[in-house]
Amino acid sequence: MTTLIKNATIVNFNETKKANILIDGETIADITTDEPKADTVIDANGKLVMPGLIDMHVHFRDPGLEYKDDINSGSESAVAGGVTTCLPMANTNPINDNAVITRDMIAKAKARGLIDLLPIGAITKSMGGNKVVEMGDMINAGAVAFSDDGLPVASSDVMRYALEYSKHFGSFVINHSQDCSLCRGGHMNEGRVSAILGIKGMPREQEEIMVSRDLLLAKLTGGHIHIAHVSSEWSLKLIKQARDEGINVTCEVTPHHFTYTEDELMNYDTNFKMSPPLRTKSDVKAVREAIADGLVDVIVTDHAPHHDDEKFIEFDKAPFGILGLQTLIPLTLNLVRDGLISYEKMVELTSTNAAKMLNLKDKGVIAKGMLADLVIVDPDIEYIYDKNLNKSKSSNSPLIGKTLKGAAVKTIKSGKVVFDFPNVVA
Amino acid sequence: MSYTKKDLITTSNLTKDEIYHFLNLAKEFKAVNNSDVKKAKSLYGKTTVNAFFENSTRTRTSFEIAAKRLGADAINFSSSQSSTKKGETLIDTINNIVAMKTDIVVVRHYSSGAAKFVAANTDAHVVNAGDGLNEHPSQALLDLFTILEHRGNLENLTVAIIGDIFHSRVARSNIYAMQTLGIKVKLFGPPMMLTGMEAFGCRICKTMQEALEDTDVIIMLRIQLERQDDEIAFPSVREYSNFFGLTRAKMKFAKDDVMILHPGPINRGVEINSDVADDPRYTHILNQVENGVAVRMAILHTLISNKQG
Repeated sequence: MTTLIKNATIVNFNETKKANILIDGETIADITTDEPKADTVIDANGKLVMPGLIDMHVHFRDPGLEYKDDINSGSESAVAGGVTTCLPMANTNPINDNAVITRDMIAKAKARGLIDLLPIGAITKSMGGNKVVEMGDMINAGAVAFSDDGLPVASSDVMRYALEYSKHFGSFVINHSQDCSLCRGGHMNEGRVSAILGIKGMPREQEEIMVSRDLLLAKLTGGHIHIAHVSSEWSLKLIKQARDEGINVTCEVTPHHFTYTEDELMNYDTNFKMSPPLRTKSDVKAVREAIADGLVDVIVTDHAPHHDDEKFIEFDKAPFGILGLQTLIPLTLNLVRDGLISYEKMVELTSTNAAKMLNLKDKGVIAKGMLADLVIVDPDIEYIYDKNLNKSKSSNSPLIGKTLKGAAVKTIKSGKVVFDFPNVVA
Repeated sequence: MSYTKKDLITTSNLTKDEIYHFLNLAKEFKAVNNSDVKKAKSLYGKTTVNAFFENSTRTRTSFEIAAKRLGADAINFSSSQSSTKKGETLIDTINNIVAMKTDIVVVRHYSSGAAKFVAANTDAHVVNAGDGLNEHPSQALLDLFTILEHRGNLENLTVAIIGDIFHSRVARSNIYAMQTLGIKVKLFGPPMMLTGMEAFGCRICKTMQEALEDTDVIIMLRIQLERQDDEIAFPSVREYSNFFGLTRAKMKFAKDDVMILHPGPINRGVEINSDVADDPRYTHILNQVENGVAVRMAILHTLISNKQG
């Protein structure tokens, strides 16, 4: 089975070029200006073709909380957002802290066949913060990194051991940086808006304190610390200094943290309630500058589905988190439109760097011999992101019902078309 | 100008005219309350429900008396008796109340934003009787009414709000309404109770003396001891009283004709000593309580008039 994507504007991290892409089976057989015969021809004229996006931070709620999303609906959301590889966090129920669950998650995703699912294992058993998981076994089962996600490891000693042990296996640790002793039961960023609303806040320093500690532990151990969803200006300063000093640190940011400020919460809209919380204009500016300057390694969604009933509630009772997979492309394209980054940089941030970090040698670049994970992007298409387009079981996105610009109009996973934007020919 | 919104959730969007509408109407209802037959008819045949998800005595009673004086059937329920204890959501509880043909729901809730959330999701008129740390608009209006009544006008005033500002919904509603009226507002309290308060654009005082000097009205706030559970920084009530409580000795910094208000209930000897709280030269605390009924009558009457209009 061969497929020809013709008239493609191929965007790689290092170049943009017009060419045709010949897919044979699961891999890219050729990049050519010729027009070889193929079983199927896709005309991508006027569209961008990018490597399939790799989202290093999602929540599929499977196993255990499948009413929010499961691996099947999560996979559908992913490919509808141009994402062909997902790293689901370990805060499932039961928690993904052992090889059996890791294998089970991967098998379920394979059965659906839309994406590659690379689970993130817990750092500690039951995310209890005490005993490090069997990282070797879990890596053998398919886990690619380790994180206790929303329950950051409080013990420096445990974190030290996790960094040392993951390094031994060539893996890394992802920390949701939060010194919870400084949270004060907060539900949003502490500052002007929380004071006005009468909602207890979480100061940015709770993130920065934990970032500082983890950077120092990475210095101590030589382990690789990946800082999840950085949201504060000072966290970025600390990461920059550490990187300049040679500490093994990478970091990610989310579209919501480079798009929105805490001002969005003035109406107590629970769909803007997330952790880390939306912060101030200066933080958003710093995040955007860090993206443009190359400090940020990857853009991730932190796709966090919650059922409508859980968000349709008093603000302080609502859970943290919003959907993200299907709004990744339009929000990231805004960075290109704003002149902050190029299309090539967008590809680097959403695919190539993640592939490098995860040592996925056949992903992240459109080239002969690579896996045919591709997304055809129409940067100009305008549409309403409504409940019909939304593939998640949940709808906790502040963008539901809003007009968005730019989308994945066709997603190809291992040579197969796994998503078509409704009514769009590509 | 009358007030034409469906609900009363906040003082932040009230115009000067709307504030005076409530105050002028409250004056009329106070006259009714002081007559032999304490009854008006504007809520005759209407039903109000005081949906209190947080303990309250005076506010609930005040709203109940206000509704009954206007001829309404006033029903009370508190969360200890409600289905929220069985896991029902707030909005389902409210919708059940409204399904029983309730005209006005008076909501008190421990979550900031809860009254706004209820108002946005029900057809009934909603009055915010205190939502979390956010707002308590009827308290602010009754404070203003008490000041107006005593001083004759609300011009060129300076008001000091002292105490646990961060946890005070009374403070927020007063700040909004007073700033709209051109009243200068000063704030004073321990730093952990002033977190982020620069947001309101009020003068933040460094000392009690600064707060009291050249001040026409002092609003002493109750320490929300029940909301301090998760805050380990509060050292002691004794120390609080020394540095942030209002005592006879500190009154030497205040004007002779200063008014003292307190939303109640008072922690005697903590935020205010009895010899000041009970001094008739200064204190207007019981006037506030009396005026609360008239102000709440004005609010309920106005919202029902909107419906009929």
